Amino acid sequence: MSGAATRIYAFHLAVIAALFLVQFALPAYHYGNVTRIMLYAVFAIGYNILLGYTGLLSLGHALFFAAGAYGAGLAAHWWGFGPIAALAVGIGAALLVSLVTGAIVYRTTGVAFLIVTLMLAQAAFLSTLYFNTITLGDQGIVLSLPPIALFGASLRLADPMVKYNAALIAFAGALLLSLWLLRSPFGRVLVAIRENEARTRLLGYNTALYRFTALVISGTLSGLAGALYCILFGYVGSSFASLQYSTEPLLWTLLGGAGTALGPLLGAGIMFYLIEFASSTGIEGYMIIVGVALVVITLWFPEGLAGWFRRLKRVRS
Amino acid sequence: MTLLETPLLKTQGLTRQYGGVRAVNDVSFALERGEIRGVIGPNGAGKTTLVGMICGRVLPSAGTVAFDGADITRMQPWDRVARGIVYTFQITSVFKRLSGRENVALAAQRHLTRAQGHRLALPQAKLDAAVDEALAAVGLTGAAERIAGELPYGHQRLLEIAMGLALKPSLLILDEPTQGLAPGDIAPFCDLIRATAKSTTILFIEHNLKVVLELADKVTVMDRGAILAEGTPAEIEQHPAVQQAYLGD
Amino acid sequence: MITGSAIFLALLEGSVGAAVLALTALGLSLVFGVMRVINIAHGEFVMLGAVVAWWCSADLLGAHPLLGFLVALAVAPLIVGAIAVAADWLVLRRVNYDPERTIVATMGLLYIIQQGVLMTYGPDARPLDPPIYFRVQFPGFGYSGYKLIVAGLALLLLGATWLFLARTRIGLYMRATRLDSETAQAFGVPVKRVYAIVFALGAMLAALSGVLIAPIRGAHYLMGADPLLLSFIVVIVGGLGNLRGTLLAAAFIGIGDGMISVLFSPTLAKIIATLLVAAVLVVKPGGLARSTAS
Repeated sequence: MSGAATRIYAFHLAVIAALFLVQFALPAYHYGNVTRIMLYAVFAIGYNILLGYTGLLSLGHALFFAAGAYGAGLAAHWWGFGPIAALAVGIGAALLVSLVTGAIVYRTTGVAFLIVTLMLAQAAFLSTLYFNTITLGDQGIVLSLPPIALFGASLRLADPMVKYNAALIAFAGALLLSLWLLRSPFGRVLVAIRENEARTRLLGYNTALYRFTALVISGTLSGLAGALYCILFGYVGSSFASLQYSTEPLLWTLLGGAGTALGPLLGAGIMFYLIEFASSTGIEGYMIIVGVALVVITLWFPEGLAGWFRRLKRVRS
Repeated sequence: MTLLETPLLKTQGLTRQYGGVRAVNDVSFALERGEIRGVIGPNGAGKTTLVGMICGRVLPSAGTVAFDGADITRMQPWDRVARGIVYTFQITSVFKRLSGRENVALAAQRHLTRAQGHRLALPQAKLDAAVDEALAAVGLTGAAERIAGELPYGHQRLLEIAMGLALKPSLLILDEPTQGLAPGDIAPFCDLIRATAKSTTILFIEHNLKVVLELADKVTVMDRGAILAEGTPAEIEQHPAVQQAYLGD
Repeated sequence: MITGSAIFLALLEGSVGAAVLALTALGLSLVFGVMRVINIAHGEFVMLGAVVAWWCSADLLGAHPLLGFLVALAVAPLIVGAIAVAADWLVLRRVNYDPERTIVATMGLLYIIQQGVLMTYGPDARPLDPPIYFRVQFPGFGYSGYKLIVAGLALLLLGATWLFLARTRIGLYMRATRLDSETAQAFGVPVKRVYAIVFALGAMLAALSGVLIAPIRGAHYLMGADPLLLSFIVVIVGGLGNLRGTLLAAAFIGIGDGMISVLFSPTLAKIIATLLVAAVLVVKPGGLARSTAS
């Protein structure tokens, strides 16, 4: 590996190490928050692969998140699966949904892609309401899962430390995967497709197949986040498939900086605390902050915070 | 006919219709290996459309295209690149926000990963070497680290040719390559084409008649979707119909 | 049991819905046709119309609901139109009507309007009295006379809009900009101003439909989601920017949605509708081809 690559990987590993170490210093309140933020970051990393790398704006990623969550939740609730098995089912469900979706939108791009993904997620959301004998509708399923049996130890899911480190492992995996992808030949083609698809096609690349693959990776990763969220927090409901869960990864990715590996974490973290702050004011319509953030980012920070830092660095040097 | 005598590229009755208009009308022509062929004609003659059907951007309404003995009429553009047909756009189409090196790397990587059989990783040294080679061939070594969109237009065109060369084509198709080049850049460009032609067949569309007459082994003249005349540059210069239709513009 | 009168009732419900849907969808279609942008906050304009109608009928005059209704018909479009013009000035213009940035920006607008209403109007769904109350007797059932009036008014407003587009100078500017904004500009059409007017017009039509349906559905801060979804469906199936197609699609989908809702389940009707949009777009993105650079 070249010097620059080593430096970049070292930096990202340092971030993971920092997240690992900080758990021993965090007060209980922030402990749970960071757990959630890391899971949201996995979701956003998945989303970023499609938006930031490939340049495809999806308004329906709640579909994949919910597929993972419901896969895990339904398996645990109706079939009595344990945590690891349920996680596997969740990931499998997300993979399946991603494959089918990818096939449907194989030749679709641009604004059409946006609306089709929005519609598919909407249909999924409505289906969770319609088939409420299975999914228990918007009330949702509350799970009580047995402990994870790992290397002889019994890890209770209610233990915040188990939750934190499970989320950290998933985040570390997703971060390193997305970083590797970004720097691989495959990732470079995705960026090329984002920049100029016609040119890329005539350089000898089957761009539709690349987009399909990107979508499958993106959807499965988002589904992993959903499945893990369901297992760690013991709940899955219709809201997981709602427009809100499609808007949020978009927001996190844009805020943090699309096309960067750490942007999703940055965006998820900042947005989380921003919303926490807003809701603590006691004002009923505190989610307005999400709307304001979207407008502000679109107007003045289209490249997000990470992108803005990068530009500052380039200007200074 | 022995293998050596089969033309590299052969079209038969190639036609492209848009509604009631025939952009390309029943064109049959052949390219020999190692040729430098110029295609000239007034605007709207169908040159870009014809070439589009050869590289796969456009599918024909009728007729066939054969390359190196194989029928490629309905083949996808990326598969044609794999077979060695490379096209550079009429309006320069590079990756404006990437550096010169990254631009050429995307082309070089395509060739190298195909050669090694998988796409999971590529030795950086190999990639860099291929990129440097292509950039040096067009004289753009200095532009490697610069952002493509910031290069002068003429250099962007050369960058695109470098990308084409990095794909190691057997047929390189250039669509109006000298358009936008400064007058001083045209001579080096001709040298580049002559050097490239030693290992590659070249088909180029041009409006600059001087360049065509100087570079081409053979010239095809198109007008209103059909071939008007074909011959050596000297023959074409004298052809009465050509003088009337094209040079009289 | 699906009897003849049940079918007729479903047909009636569908027709009323179709007329209102046409009014709502027309605004969305106009905005896309002329400005080439998709306004995700469109449903919120409908919701605002309903909220203003409630405010007029309960708060403002406390007098006869008919008076409140008429005032709302006049006031709601003005208020909502002003909000739309502000949004265009402050945001849309600044992102240069770039398709993807506009979608994200209007998503933000959706949150802002929705939560703004939550903060002021509150989370409750509040009913309104219809301005006129009478029943029309059909064989087998009685039907709300107000609903029939709604259908009539919606068609009237559609007709008025049609005349406006076809007969006035501003309407001409809009049609020209829709066909070819660059040429229109070269001929002296004030394109930026036309954009603002079109965006306002779309919002006003939405607000009017909100006023019309408020006595039927009540006013609630989340009620914008349904009209948005259905308008989307209509505009896409009918062909973005194609006004005639929008109207035909509204008729087809409105009646279909109404019938399935009454005879089976509203949720099922919506599932079918959303999948229909996806199917149309996958098979024929041609309706959107003008919005994407190739």
